[in-house]
Amino acid sequence: MSDKQNITRRQLIQAGSAVAATPMFFTKNAWAAESFANDPGDSSTVTLGFNVPQTGAYADEGADELRAFKLAVKHLNGEGDGGLMNTMKPMSLTGNGILGKKVTYVTGDTQTKSDAARASAKRMIEKDGVIMFSGGSSSGVAIAVQGLAQELGVLFMAGLTHSNDTTGKDKRRYGFRHFFNAKMSGSALGPVLKEEMGTERKAYHLTADYTWGWTQEQSIQETTEGLGWSTTAKVRTPVGAGDFSQFITPVLNSGADTLILNHYGKDMINSLTQAVQFGLRDKQVNGKNFEIIVPLYSRLMAQGAGKNLEGILGTANWDWQLKDEGSLAFVKSFGSEYGFPPSMAAQTCYVQTLLYANACENAGTFYPPKVIKQLEGFKFDGMGNGPTEYRAEDHQCFKDVLVVRGKQNPSSSYDLLDIVKEVPRAEVEYDASIFGGELGPYTV
Amino acid sequence: MDSILIQLLNGLDKGGAYALIALGLTLVFGTLGVVNFAHGALFLIGAFCAVTFQKILTISKKVLDPNITYFDAYIEQPYLELWFGETGLAVIDYAVPLSIIVTIPTMMLIGLTMERGLIRHFYKRTHAEQILVTFGLAIVLQEIIRHFFGANPIPTPAPDIVSGSAAIGTWIGLGENFVYPWWRLIYLASATVIISSVFAFLHLTTFGMVVRAGMFNRQMVAFLGINVQRKFTIIFGLAAVVAGVAGAMYAPILPPDYHMGMDFLVISFVIVVVGGMGSLRGAVAAGFLLGILQSLASMTVVSSLLPGIDQIIIYLVAVVILLTRPRGLMGRKGVMED
Repeated sequence: MSDKQNITRRQLIQAGSAVAATPMFFTKNAWAAESFANDPGDSSTVTLGFNVPQTGAYADEGADELRAFKLAVKHLNGEGDGGLMNTMKPMSLTGNGILGKKVTYVTGDTQTKSDAARASAKRMIEKDGVIMFSGGSSSGVAIAVQGLAQELGVLFMAGLTHSNDTTGKDKRRYGFRHFFNAKMSGSALGPVLKEEMGTERKAYHLTADYTWGWTQEQSIQETTEGLGWSTTAKVRTPVGAGDFSQFITPVLNSGADTLILNHYGKDMINSLTQAVQFGLRDKQVNGKNFEIIVPLYSRLMAQGAGKNLEGILGTANWDWQLKDEGSLAFVKSFGSEYGFPPSMAAQTCYVQTLLYANACENAGTFYPPKVIKQLEGFKFDGMGNGPTEYRAEDHQCFKDVLVVRGKQNPSSSYDLLDIVKEVPRAEVEYDASIFGGELGPYTV
Repeated sequence: MDSILIQLLNGLDKGGAYALIALGLTLVFGTLGVVNFAHGALFLIGAFCAVTFQKILTISKKVLDPNITYFDAYIEQPYLELWFGETGLAVIDYAVPLSIIVTIPTMMLIGLTMERGLIRHFYKRTHAEQILVTFGLAIVLQEIIRHFFGANPIPTPAPDIVSGSAAIGTWIGLGENFVYPWWRLIYLASATVIISSVFAFLHLTTFGMVVRAGMFNRQMVAFLGINVQRKFTIIFGLAAVVAGVAGAMYAPILPPDYHMGMDFLVISFVIVVVGGMGSLRGAVAAGFLLGILQSLASMTVVSSLLPGIDQIIIYLVAVVILLTRPRGLMGRKGVMED
């Protein structure tokens, strides 16, 4: 018997397989990393998802967002007048879709409810194969779907969401916000409030009882107390309360000379209307005229509030009356398409869609981690807000903020706001670490 | 003291709306034995009668807006203003009070149509089926309103002359902080007049006597050869008118939106149950009582001790009453007690 070991056929096959597979050991991560949810592959189209409130309190805002999304898709596919593709700098879009693929879209209804929004977004991702989804007019919704985006590995380009938490403690790697936040509103309003109302006021807050209201209240309180104002009371009101008279009547005897309405949409329309009905605009308290402040404005809300909004200060992300090249181009494009000027919700949604598409073109792929890296730190201009940067640390856009005031004797139903001040970006920036939270991983 | 009085007024004001809706609900339940979950939609339709009337009065001519140059945008000038100048503007200003004239026949027609077209087929059906079909109708009506008017609240202001506040405190020597909007005072007065009129109608007319008898014992009234069914149909129409007028008058207080019917419906059912199913006096009393309680519960001194109590006080009271006296405050003995 010989001691020499003979190699069996089985051993030879096993060894051969190991040798053949070895290069794949080093490339396995690369192979897995390029695999991602809803990869369009060789398809000639790519689908985007627009998840907006089509019913509920913000349905009218949602309708305007949808108009903007459709216009963006049109422009991306090379149709229409090109809109902001004529003014955006730097830009890699060619009007040939995204990476040569025609852009199609599906829509969903968030109903302004977080659970409905998540379900709608999930359906768009899992059944409709969207490569990115966008939209929404509520921070509760944005935070809920942002979490879903991170779980399923599909980018979410937020629509109208103003809570600090969206790019603060609840920030996510797969979520991006172009719209400004409550902190920026507070910083922008501060100097104007000081100049117009002085440093010795007593503020009474009525606040929508959900994430946006809380952070709005906190940011404005920080600003006003920084000016020297005192805070008389902070009262939480249920979202969609309708009749705010029971919350407004305590203000009459509170000793406060300023009412801050941390409300949006239907709530703001109702609370402001009722505050005016109770004669708050005509009161004199502490030797001063009683003032009302609405930190977050929208033109659609202004249309709902009518004359009650005249003279009232607030902030906005954008306004159609801006005269920069980007704003003019977008207003002309949207106005020609639909016959009326766009709202700030429409502008942010349109911009988000183009930014995503541009990031894909720059990355040369739809692979989310690479697209994310293109967006992080991206600096651009020509989109209506002046020089803007997508800050990498929290995925929040930083740009100039508008302080606006309800116009006295508006000449039309669109010309409702005066721009009091365009606050430079440098005055509203803050350290990303103040809100905590972690972005999370690139690959999921 | 001022705070309590203002909240009392607030409560009466709100309670007036609750009482009007609950009164109509009770009339329908008491006469037809139908649980009408579409009653809130009647309140909604009344509010939108005021909105529609205002829109009709403000039909405008579109004129190119010279302020916008980079696309064609238009401003609107009402034809009434173009044709009649200041008089036309005055008519527009009084749109809401004038809308009552149109609301009454409209709501009567809608009520009669609803009763003849749908409700009558469910008299002998279970309450659950009545609830299902009327709730479905309410949603249909709500969505029709949303389709035509959009989702945003529509400002429907009161006439300028009553858009300010009454200095009640100055009148009664309680200081100038005690003010209350004129239109809300008018609403409260109107609610009182309407409720009184309904009671007067039911107690001082032959028609009302027959209706009350029919509520008590329908069969006996029928045996006497009286077509009680036709009278009940008219009462349904009357209930619709009461709800509709309540809605139209409420439009300046709360800008109407498509969901306001549902918002009031839930509370009004609680009030009907608290007041006693089938008891008109109970519905009115419970409406005002719960409106006042809700308003007082929102006072800072109360809500600081019990945060959120104002949101649940109505339901807490309902639970207590149902546990201790299932027939409600003024319900008939035996009703809901088996």
